[in-house]
Amino acid sequence: MDIIMVIAEHRQGELTAATFEVIAAAVDLKQEKRLSVSVAVLASNPAKFSAKLNISGVDEIIEVQIQENQFQTDTYEDNINSLLDEYAPSVVLAPHSIDAWSCMPVIAARRQCGFATDVFALKYDDDDLIATRAAYGEKMHVDLEFPGKEIVLITLRGNTFKPIEQKASVPVSSFSASKVNARTTHKRFIEPEVTSDVDITQAELMLSVGRGVEDEDNIEQFEELADTMGFTLGCSRPIADNGWLPKSRQVGQSGKVVGACNTYLAFGISGSVQHMAGMKHVPNIIAVNTDSEASIFTIAKYGVVADMFEIADELSNHFE
Amino acid sequence: MKILVPVKQIGIIDEDCEIRDDGKNVDVDFLDYEINEWDNYSWEVALNLKETFGEDVEIVPLTVGPDDAEDVLLSCLAKGGERGIRVWDDALEDSDSMAIAQVIAKVAERENADYVLTGTLSSDHSFAATGMCVAGLLNWAHAAVVSKVDITPDAQQIIVNRELEAGIEEEITVERPAVLSIQLGINEPRYASLRGIKQAKAKTVEVMSHTDLGLTDDEVGETGSLSRVRKMYAPKRSQAELIEGTVAEQAKRIAEIVKELTGEV
Repeated sequence: MDIIMVIAEHRQGELTAATFEVIAAAVDLKQEKRLSVSVAVLASNPAKFSAKLNISGVDEIIEVQIQENQFQTDTYEDNINSLLDEYAPSVVLAPHSIDAWSCMPVIAARRQCGFATDVFALKYDDDDLIATRAAYGEKMHVDLEFPGKEIVLITLRGNTFKPIEQKASVPVSSFSASKVNARTTHKRFIEPEVTSDVDITQAELMLSVGRGVEDEDNIEQFEELADTMGFTLGCSRPIADNGWLPKSRQVGQSGKVVGACNTYLAFGISGSVQHMAGMKHVPNIIAVNTDSEASIFTIAKYGVVADMFEIADELSNHFE
Repeated sequence: MKILVPVKQIGIIDEDCEIRDDGKNVDVDFLDYEINEWDNYSWEVALNLKETFGEDVEIVPLTVGPDDAEDVLLSCLAKGGERGIRVWDDALEDSDSMAIAQVIAKVAERENADYVLTGTLSSDHSFAATGMCVAGLLNWAHAAVVSKVDITPDAQQIIVNRELEAGIEEEITVERPAVLSIQLGINEPRYASLRGIKQAKAKTVEVMSHTDLGLTDDEVGETGSLSRVRKMYAPKRSQAELIEGTVAEQAKRIAEIVKELTGEV
């Protein structure tokens, strides 16, 4: 039977949430073709993780014991490459994560296997695997095919597939690790600075500013507006990169996910995939932007095509 | 020490754009072009190294694209560097990250580069793969999404920070030669001066094709790619309920909605 292989991902001793989403996608896909799902976990103590991979729909857990406690790109590449040699899966799925950005293109380059990243839908059209992803800032979708490729390596977009809650008892096998010439060495993790600043992940009401704010001097107006309205001020990446607001205020993939948020006012935020990863789940998004084509309007409940400064001026009159 | 910096001219689509007749990409008439945002940061890393170490460092921008893509090289050369390289041939049309990486890898070998600095991703197709595909083809050490880098001309090993999810960074050592993909925010890219823009026109841009680099037609374009576009289409997108009217009316409506949601009616 053909195999879908999932590469589990862990960081600082925990499997990542994305791993469970990718498993769900694999189990979905296997129904279409009567495939089997094998989840490979590479770790210094893989048994610790495999206990948590007993998920309904998974047919096999493959433990690969490596030396490193954390991700090391050469180690992942060599071992995944060996796994592909041995198991010859037809599809390999991994999260579209920073670690995958490092190792998956290298494996694809070595094998010249089928390859696509940031995929959010997978299906079979007869025997052809079709992977759907976005282009041009989400304005287009693209269906990709992989003619003549026996193995197709895919990284999957986060927050797209719903993890499977149901547990099962899954057989575990082990695979001996390859000898690796590691050319990078982990020194340390650097945690985000702990500031006395607010924790935006706890905020129910958020007012965020993006590139549209244009100048550091303009931040103050929105700080005051957020204050008056009782909202917590957040921002998109460029604002934090410029140092106009602390990194702790950044919403998005490399910032924070605003998990507790119920109402999100987005001023001058066009809506990059990375920003939306941190807030698209919010039930009430109100977006203000001059560009009527901005991606943010596709996830917002309410859209206002207008100048953010004028709206902010007027809006402050309604709150004391 | 030589540093090769692949930069990309990216397409941005107009409001009403049309798909090409073969259904596989946007019709070029509906694209505006500019340099990929990430590549300003990777070029800035190179410029800073050149300024710090002077003659011990050569920095070379490279682009894979047709005639008009030369603009992105000139915009780099307007800030520094003495020469650029542009590779193009019609056979390179419809190349994916891997097929473009084939070209970059060959240039890196030909130039005896010590480092290849790419952007982390490009905002048109956003595969976030080209740099690390190059590393795979060259079998060089590599790090993706680099947010801090410390390179010196004689170091055989450097220290970089990788930007991980949720604000965490990882400090790692990387052996030379290496491919690094550079993240936004690593520095503050400069603007070119008028004088620089004028001078750039006198600088050399070497133009070559994939065959000059020893690549066959099969190794590039659609056949050299690891996926093939079946079709591109504008997705049915859900749309926000638009709040119309004058600014005052729009603001009033936002206030009403907010007050309703916060129970402050």
